[in-house]
Amino acid sequence: MGKKIGIEVSLAIAEAAKLANVDVIAAYPITPQTHIVERMAEIVANGELDAEYIPVESEHSAMSACLGSSGVGARTFTATAGQGLELMHEVLYVASAMRLPIVMIVANRALSSPLNVWGDQSDLMAVRDTGWIQMICENGQEAFDTTLLAFRIAEDHRVLLPVMVHCDGFYLTHVVEPIEFLSQEEVNRYLPPIDYPLPLNPDKPVTMGAFAPSFIYTEAKKAQEVNIRNSKKVITEHWAEFAKMFGRHYHAVEKYRTEGAKTLLMTLGSFGETAMTAVDKMRSEGQEVGLLKLRLWRPFPFEELREAVGNAETLIVVDRALSFGGPGGPAFSEVRSALYSLKTHPKIVGFVGGLGGRDLTVAEFEGMVKKGPGIANTGAENEFEMFGVRE
Amino acid sequence: MKKNENEITWKDFNIGCIVTEPGSSREYRTGDWRSQKPTYDFKKCIKCGVCQIYCPEGCIQQNAEGHFEANMYWCKGCGICPRECPTGVISMVNEEA
Repeated sequence: MGKKIGIEVSLAIAEAAKLANVDVIAAYPITPQTHIVERMAEIVANGELDAEYIPVESEHSAMSACLGSSGVGARTFTATAGQGLELMHEVLYVASAMRLPIVMIVANRALSSPLNVWGDQSDLMAVRDTGWIQMICENGQEAFDTTLLAFRIAEDHRVLLPVMVHCDGFYLTHVVEPIEFLSQEEVNRYLPPIDYPLPLNPDKPVTMGAFAPSFIYTEAKKAQEVNIRNSKKVITEHWAEFAKMFGRHYHAVEKYRTEGAKTLLMTLGSFGETAMTAVDKMRSEGQEVGLLKLRLWRPFPFEELREAVGNAETLIVVDRALSFGGPGGPAFSEVRSALYSLKTHPKIVGFVGGLGGRDLTVAEFEGMVKKGPGIANTGAENEFEMFGVRE
Repeated sequence: MKKNENEITWKDFNIGCIVTEPGSSREYRTGDWRSQKPTYDFKKCIKCGVCQIYCPEGCIQQNAEGHFEANMYWCKGCGICPRECPTGVISMVNEEA
């Protein structure tokens, strides 16, 4: 096993990309992602990594450059956040439909307006349907491991899809954590060289992203849908393989103290750690409370979620994004939809909080557990509320 | 391998719909955009080829008699060839429903 190093998570992610021996980085700096790409630029400039760093004038160009480099079969890495992810938006669909195994870190950030550079998951939810595999990290070790896993999964010939690795801005990207690094030899053993099956090559020309009239577009989209849906099995395999090699086993839905729980909290990302502390406290007081942590956002882990909720009476989903005028927080409404067809399922309650850098504390998670079961019985129109908002 | 356009299923694509053969745009039936089609009075045709030069689709070829005629697989019915023909060979008529 590797040595634990105290390091800022952004820098650990950059080290993971370096260990993955990426060929091309095309990125535009934006808070709170900046430290990742700054460090990548430094690594390339210092000659520590033989890669092409393409400085671009916008995120739209960053992702467009990634299309080209991934298209020639180069291992391609980028990172962005908030407004930057939104500026990339249309190109994200192209990357996934063209099956280009780009890996992108998203340092999750609020969206303007009002201008806010701090952490929430509004950017994450806005790119939900772009066709990328999306994983959400809880801590620095996961961010490091998931960056490496992302390349392994993206480049698997059964997958060949771009992967977004979501890391909460500041809460995760800017903290210093003890992280167990893998050595270059271990990473080389884990991650074979990229081998894109149909790259752009002047000696054997191909056309990528060609025109598809209406008689064929539906079939093209069906192929894409089947592909990402089937990727879940491969992702699960790679988590198991990673566990076998390095001892850390990740799951699509992580369960924490769920045995016999009447009330379950559900979080996405770094706030899971605070929720764990809250669950420990409530358990020590004799409350039957557990926690689910959703790691895999796309493809959505329907089966795993249905199994994980067990016999809980109330499931409280904590979103850090809003769906304005919609059915509640985005994760809440997806979870409710995923469980709806079950014969029996818990009452599902949504809270939206932790927006734009607002903290969610242990006491607030306790407050949700106290308040949630009551709200569950008030009917569909009131099944979600913004937690901690000043009235 | 080539299937009729209405027989292609979602299983028939390369990854990412990558096209590995050149010239596949020729398979695209632009003729189904047409609401009018050209008709010909070849007695007037002097075989000058002006219609071929002006055709934006490049779908006009000489037939066995040497007269210039549009290929209906690609002809969009734009009406440029009758406008340009110096001897009035071509006239547009409505496609029947």
